[in-house]
Amino acid sequence: MQLVYNKPATLTDTPMHYCPGCGHGVVHRVLMEVVEQMGIQSETIGVAPVGCSVFAYNYMNIDMQEAPHGRASAVATGIKRVLPDKYIFSYQGDGDLAAIGTSESIHTVNRGENILMLFINNAIYGMTGGQMAPTSILGQITSTSPYGRNSDLMGYPLKMTELVAQLPGAYYVTRQSVHSAAAVRKLKKAIEASFKYQSLRKGTCFIEVVSNCPSGWKMTPIEANVWMEKNLLPLYPVGDLKVPSQN
Amino acid sequence: METESRSEARLMKGNEALAEAAIRAGMHAYFGYPITPQSEILEYLTVESPKRNFVVVQAESELAAINMIYGAGGAGARVMTSSSSPGISLMQEGISYMSSAEIPCLIVNVQRGGPGLGTIQPSQGDYFQATKGGGHGDYHLFVLAPSSVQEMADFVFEGFRLADKYRNPTMILADGALGQMMEKVLLPPEGSLPYTEKPWATTGKPAKGDRRILTSLHLEPEKMEEINLKLQDKYRRMKQDVRYELVGEAKPEIVLVAFGLIARICQKVIELAKERGISVALLRPITLYPFPSEVIHSLAATTDAFLTVEMNAGQMVEDVKLAVNGERPVYFKGRMGGMIPTPEEILFEIEAIAEKHQTTKV
Repeated sequence: MQLVYNKPATLTDTPMHYCPGCGHGVVHRVLMEVVEQMGIQSETIGVAPVGCSVFAYNYMNIDMQEAPHGRASAVATGIKRVLPDKYIFSYQGDGDLAAIGTSESIHTVNRGENILMLFINNAIYGMTGGQMAPTSILGQITSTSPYGRNSDLMGYPLKMTELVAQLPGAYYVTRQSVHSAAAVRKLKKAIEASFKYQSLRKGTCFIEVVSNCPSGWKMTPIEANVWMEKNLLPLYPVGDLKVPSQN
Repeated sequence: METESRSEARLMKGNEALAEAAIRAGMHAYFGYPITPQSEILEYLTVESPKRNFVVVQAESELAAINMIYGAGGAGARVMTSSSSPGISLMQEGISYMSSAEIPCLIVNVQRGGPGLGTIQPSQGDYFQATKGGGHGDYHLFVLAPSSVQEMADFVFEGFRLADKYRNPTMILADGALGQMMEKVLLPPEGSLPYTEKPWATTGKPAKGDRRILTSLHLEPEKMEEINLKLQDKYRRMKQDVRYELVGEAKPEIVLVAFGLIARICQKVIELAKERGISVALLRPITLYPFPSEVIHSLAATTDAFLTVEMNAGQMVEDVKLAVNGERPVYFKGRMGGMIPTPEEILFEIEAIAEKHQTTKV
């Protein structure tokens, strides 16, 4: 019998706590596959956020630090500045990166820190019970927008990736998603590229991953992916916003 | 590269002496943000950084700076940040997290008058914040209080040493006057503070060995209590490094208790009091945490009263009262808002106390 697929050794055996159908599990696997394939398990250090993926360090078999809410990119900056030859990534949700951590997120890219910033955008706050995120769309019902997000009271969905793509410190900025096998393959390529770019020391790699939250959105996993494709992807379109040749 | 030995004195501003000491102590990285009255630290280090092989980042805020400290310190580097009162408030979150995750670092607070945006004049209004924990949860910083430019330099070496010894964030609690004043200082030689092994640092998972995780999240209460008990045990062990200075008369009627800049002023008060026939001693806490409670308590047996002098509304005086434990009266003299008490003002209090206790003697 031929072994055609395996869990990467860079993922631990700890069962993940994520809800069935959650995109975090997929992103963790793809990220750790790249680390294993590149043979950089001992050279990679990750920073976990506060959010559903606060326990990312229980699943990724690499050195990791847990950051205060919003601060992962600043913590990653500190690590990279003293360990410039290592591969450093921060992993954050939409509250972490685009609400409480907005300043750190923008300034990390503005300084062109040579790290990978992974931005998991599922337009809601999962861990704390389904509150509105800065990236929630107009009309979206959440526990803090029970009548639907209303721009008069709550402003507009925030497109962080478009913001950071304009900064000269950004080297590679792309938006991907995890709602289909094809999308996941493209995400993996983007992550591979980011790790390779990191040793060029030419600036920040920023990957937004449009993801889902079946629990928060109150849908089944399949309904969630359909909803994502129909409602999130038009506003947050998949594709490269800045590629190295533009630098 | 300058390699002056200890024997060469330099006239330096407190902030700059501190910055130069940090370089000589082998600091790997400094992350900071400008704020009066300590911006010279960031500026000096930025000028020296390309010549002396260490990292400097001017962060976008003190909030960002303390988190960079967390990352770099967690990666095993010798790290320092500095700020002044309002900026230190912004750092409290990071300090709490680093205390729990046991990440060593040096944090310098060049205090200014507060609360709020306050004034740029010196104060000691952050004593509670520094010693009782300005951030959330049960934790303590090791706190050193310099009272001269020489100590601004020396305590950097001490601070890094103690931070590594206890794997604990350590604070130098200075004030704007110490930061700005110029005095002669003998700087320790470069490279004279060895590095310690940090097997817990996240430098990349060892090929044969477990990965390292630095976190302060422990959801099970049994585990969280265990962590807390471990921290409390550490804080008890920190008492072995308590430091203080006792100067003045051997059998004092009144013991002054003061730290930092005020301790300097109190030395003058001892002289003035002696001229008036009042014997006064000064107990200067050098470590504010651990606090020299035992020596203060022992002084109660042989003195009439204590007078605590601070540039705040009465903060350290509470620790003095706890130490004295009701055995003698503890008086307080304070100035706030950046006002610095004069020796004469303090002498006035001394005379009033001496008279009061004279009349109660048989």
